[in-house]
Amino acid sequence: MAFALTPEREKQAVALLERYPEKRAALLPLLWLCQRQHGYISEEIVAWVAERLELSTAEVKGVVTFYTMFFDHPVGEHVIWVCRTLACELRGAKAVQEHLEKRLGCKAGETSADGRFTLLKAECLASCGTAPMVQIDDLYYENLTAEKLDRILDEVAASGPFYDREARERFEADRRGEG
Amino acid sequence: MGFSTPSPKILTSRYHLEDSFTLPVAMKAGAYAVAREVIGKKSPESIRDEVKKGNLRGRGGAGFPAGVKWGFLNPRPGQQVYLVVNGDESEPGTFKDRTILERDPHRLVEGILISCYAIGAHKAFVYIRGELRFGQLRLEKAIEEARARGFVGPRPFGVDYPIDIVVHSGAGAYICGEETALLNSLEGRRGEPRIKPPFPAVEGAFRQPTIVNNLETIATIPGLVEMGGEAFAALGLVPGDGGTRLYGVSGHVARPGVYEAPAGLPLRELIYELGGGLLDANRQLKAVIPGGSSTPVLRPDRLVKASDPQHPLHAWDGKSEIDVPMAVDLFRALGTMLGTCCATVIDDSVNMVEVTRNLMRFYRHESCGQCTPCREGTGWLVDVLDQIAEGRGKPSDVDLLVEIANNMMGNTICAFADGTAMPLLGMVRQFEEEFRAAVAAGRPLDVRHDTTTRAAFQGGNR
Repeated sequence: MAFALTPEREKQAVALLERYPEKRAALLPLLWLCQRQHGYISEEIVAWVAERLELSTAEVKGVVTFYTMFFDHPVGEHVIWVCRTLACELRGAKAVQEHLEKRLGCKAGETSADGRFTLLKAECLASCGTAPMVQIDDLYYENLTAEKLDRILDEVAASGPFYDREARERFEADRRGEG
Repeated sequence: MGFSTPSPKILTSRYHLEDSFTLPVAMKAGAYAVAREVIGKKSPESIRDEVKKGNLRGRGGAGFPAGVKWGFLNPRPGQQVYLVVNGDESEPGTFKDRTILERDPHRLVEGILISCYAIGAHKAFVYIRGELRFGQLRLEKAIEEARARGFVGPRPFGVDYPIDIVVHSGAGAYICGEETALLNSLEGRRGEPRIKPPFPAVEGAFRQPTIVNNLETIATIPGLVEMGGEAFAALGLVPGDGGTRLYGVSGHVARPGVYEAPAGLPLRELIYELGGGLLDANRQLKAVIPGGSSTPVLRPDRLVKASDPQHPLHAWDGKSEIDVPMAVDLFRALGTMLGTCCATVIDDSVNMVEVTRNLMRFYRHESCGQCTPCREGTGWLVDVLDQIAEGRGKPSDVDLLVEIANNMMGNTICAFADGTAMPLLGMVRQFEEEFRAAVAAGRPLDVRHDTTTRAAFQGGNR
């Protein structure tokens, strides 16, 4: 079946195209919309976006592969990024990674056998003052301890796939609780 | 995270308020008052003048005077001027801009409105790194609120000067913090830096004259304009660096976080007063990366040599490197850079070869690959460092690191290669004995960086 955005996202896509003086500039935001819906950028999506913005599929693919947050292959229902750069590593990033590998039964760079979590290493996520930290889908989880991380994973595991729900509410609620 | 801020507070004055990110709360505490007062009422030229007088050094890392940058604009008739706000905060060790997005996005919106008016722009793009989704949502919400009140739109504060703000999300690429890579990314391309000239002020976004400023720089504008350039400049503790700014401190300190303080604070105060001193009091301070990973490392036990009275650092002759005020020009004279003003603090549990390896892996991952010296050089540096760390190093490897770095410097389109080579050379210069010892040992290094903190993760409370 050919790819199509949901009616709500389609409305957002139309609005996006209005924002820039050139059509092509909508490429990154449009890819974001697609990935939030589908979980990754499939070949079908590449073709759909290319047609929509009057670009070649090679140009679209070139952009997709340049940026680390766009996936060109299926990933788990939730993606966990462990920040590994210096400030986090000084505060225990390796322990975080080891803890997650043990719990998920997969190495960094892999997806758990049940397909629910993909574990990735990330370069500095601009959260050095609250290290160690991970990003899960759209959210940051900071000042981690093993216990806190386990609790977070339980919550995330109990929720549906990331792209089925709106991150915003959860995000806000989370922050308020912490603040 | 602590936000204790010694007076005066400008950027962080609303951080502590409940729901500080919402329009009613921000407005009650003064948001948009300056924009309302100046847009359409003062001349754009007079605002640019104040910014110049304020000695506002760009907060993104290079420290270029913001007022001078604005002065480069000279649009031809019919050209659109754009303001682009660089919120691609990605320099390892840096986490300050994020706090503005999350805690006071209205300050940024107000700064954008005033800046657009001052430089003759009607449209601003705010480029936010993709990972900072939460901050991005807060900013989008803030813009919506400001639009509903008419502050953003065809007639801000009833003045016939339309201003539109567009938020553009990145998707994971450190290089997009480089201004021309950012412009390519904004235009829907791979984030590869452009050859300069032309500089963005002549040919930037969509081939129009463009000013690219760091997010904190723009958020500073309302406060600067409110108090006037001279008063703002006087806040700085040393000449040439005006105002207050956001300092970050992370790594092995007791109170990591973002703190607002006057420009020119000595590193020692950032670490021991704002940062609360070392995390483990039984450890010694070993090294400080002063302003993001691209800034060469400093050693507290190294003394400033500046006996010549003409030397810019003469006042600190014989003092520790960390006693020099954190100011753009003084830090350059010290052989490092102020960068983003966010320090990474390292205690003596850590091996500096491993620190270097950690950072060089970052650069290998983030090189855009356009220029050969950078694409290959970053990889070679990691390969040689791996060899040393794994106990297979040769005595010549330390010199090889230096040679590779020297071949990268100045041979590429953008400053990324220099930003890799400089810290590498700094590490070898400051800790050469440690590199030589690692080679001589001929066995794998203990690769744990987190001996000071591991127990806290396993069982502790944070």
